[in-house]
Amino acid sequence: MPLSTQSQSEDVQDVLVANLDNARSLSNILKAITCKDHAIFTATANGLKVTVEDCKCMQANAFIQADIFQEFTLKDDIVVFQINLTVLLDCLNIFGGTPAAGVSTALRMCYRGYGYPLTLFLEEGGVVTVCKINTSEPEEPIDFEFSSSNVTNKVILLSESLKEAFSELDLTSEVLEITMSPSQPYFRLSTFGNSGNAHYDYSKDSDMMELFQCNRTQTNRYKMSLLKPSTKALAISCKVSVRTDSRGVLSLQYLVRNDDGQICFVEYFCCPDEEVEEG
Amino acid sequence: MCRDGRKRESAGQSRPLSVQDRRRAVRGASGRRAGPAVCELLSFGVRFLPVRAALLQQVRVLFFPVFPSGSVNITLTMQKGDQNATFLCRYSIPRGLNFRCKLAIKSVQTVFRSLATLEKTVEKCHIGLDEQKDRLTFTLHCKHGLLKTHNLSYQDSESLEAVFDKDSCANVFRAQPRVLVDTVVHFPTSLEEVTLTLSDERMWVRNHVEDEAERSKAVLTELCLAADEFDHFDIKLHNSITFCLKEFRGLLLFAESTGLPVTMYLDEPGSPVVLSVTDSVLEGNFVLATLSDDHYLRQSNRGADAEQTRPPDDFMNDDMDAYLIAMDSSVAPGPSTADPPSLAAFRKPPAPNYRTRTYSEEEEDGEEDPERPPDKKFRSLFFGSVLPPSPRRSSQPFTTQEVLASDSEEDEAEAD
Repeated sequence: MPLSTQSQSEDVQDVLVANLDNARSLSNILKAITCKDHAIFTATANGLKVTVEDCKCMQANAFIQADIFQEFTLKDDIVVFQINLTVLLDCLNIFGGTPAAGVSTALRMCYRGYGYPLTLFLEEGGVVTVCKINTSEPEEPIDFEFSSSNVTNKVILLSESLKEAFSELDLTSEVLEITMSPSQPYFRLSTFGNSGNAHYDYSKDSDMMELFQCNRTQTNRYKMSLLKPSTKALAISCKVSVRTDSRGVLSLQYLVRNDDGQICFVEYFCCPDEEVEEG
Repeated sequence: MCRDGRKRESAGQSRPLSVQDRRRAVRGASGRRAGPAVCELLSFGVRFLPVRAALLQQVRVLFFPVFPSGSVNITLTMQKGDQNATFLCRYSIPRGLNFRCKLAIKSVQTVFRSLATLEKTVEKCHIGLDEQKDRLTFTLHCKHGLLKTHNLSYQDSESLEAVFDKDSCANVFRAQPRVLVDTVVHFPTSLEEVTLTLSDERMWVRNHVEDEAERSKAVLTELCLAADEFDHFDIKLHNSITFCLKEFRGLLLFAESTGLPVTMYLDEPGSPVVLSVTDSVLEGNFVLATLSDDHYLRQSNRGADAEQTRPPDDFMNDDMDAYLIAMDSSVAPGPSTADPPSLAAFRKPPAPNYRTRTYSEEEEDGEEDPERPPDKKFRSLFFGSVLPPSPRRSSQPFTTQEVLASDSEEDEAEAD
């Protein structure tokens, strides 16, 4: 393959080399978490994790497992760098956002280490493009300390039904309130907008509800502006898991199937809106 | 220009408008616009149109504030070809309750946002009133166990009754909504008002330009519709009516979605114009205020000469060449018309209080003085007859806002 022959001499020095036959497997997922310019790339033996944060109270992560890649070589245990996500996406889509049928863009990603740019080799139909994107010092991502053992309530819904609700959400509402309860209304999304309030109730017996594990009634409010970007992840996913822990921190996990049927995950964490007037 | 590319029209088909006709048109014109825009649901039948989308559209119209009081069970039967579907619609209102409220249309639209989704997923819609909390609750029971509840705040509203009587209107026409939509599409979306000028066989639609000053900069557009484009065209009074285009467009959208023909009832300027959309289940009357025309009164007072306005469809006559030649000359043989009455004379109403516009009666000297030298050289190809009017010309409906760009001293010499 032309790409591998070109960079053979550089292989020895790169700490990270990743090959993908279809760059869209990566670009589609990254689009789902693009709400800020900068992203932190963390590469481990498991694969690639891309993190985006907002206001120190929302974090979006995209997980692309190592076995999605045709080649995934790591010299160090962990490789971390920060990069401009918008620029990266522009490069991944350099041959145009909508590819012709049957044609895919091949990608080879190389990173030599701290201080070096991320090099992308993109090939489509015999045309090769080389992009070098500067990397920067990675900021420490927030650890929300969300542990499965601390989860109070959990539901898994088919994305189809949530998509409808999210598309109709009253955006004049500053917050999105999520109520989860072992009794009525089970799972409720509420908005409080200019014209009044609206509630979307999902019954636990609904065929859209794949899993319903609610132990106690919890109502939490989250800033609409922080959660709105999650609709992008919702749009490409098949299932969503909604979990809250005892502190009210929200974890949304989206199961995404790429073009080849492989599974990736996108995760959103969001801190609850602190209510000033606490009863 | 006529629609369908019919630019030329042989003059002489209809009579020129007499002074008496015009006086009749202005008689009774009040100095104030009548009535706000209101939608009323007058009757309710038990057979719906066999289109599901139409059903939902009508649900939307139903909760405009005219609720019957009392408890009623109504069975609605929908027929589509051979299929019958029966829907039960329950009204459960305590006797004696006479409730009327006002809701922001945007809030209600958010409830019924996507028609496609509604058709596919909504099984039942429940509308409830919570007077304690001043809320109207819309509950949509959807498939897959999803329940959508919208609690909308409302405001009390007074009963608004538009004063109008369709049957007494002199002019009536009916058209498929597409005809009217295709007409208004030619006007810019920013245009506020439009003028309809009616004669026995034709209707002209043109944009209304308020200020004298703006007219020289404005693009003037005129469309002509012939009587045979309408399902029904009965004009008894030749006049010009000006009303708000934006509202008209909105109403046409509704009419188009129902697929029902639109009937328009027009009378004198100043009287409201009524658009009516009717079928077996619903009757919607949209009442729009119109520009009154005190200046008609003034014009008619100045004598017959001053009223000789140019034929509005003069560009439809055959002498286009003469037009172009005339355009080259700086002082062309102009129309015998008087200068258009300066609309700057009218006190501009406080926007957007369209309904209570009044027009001052202040006189302006010399505004129709034919001796005044031309102060504008520019002539518009589309407007401004540079040819002398002839008796053979088609009837001249009473034009209000003239779009002539200039006049000429030679006018009088060539006047008929």
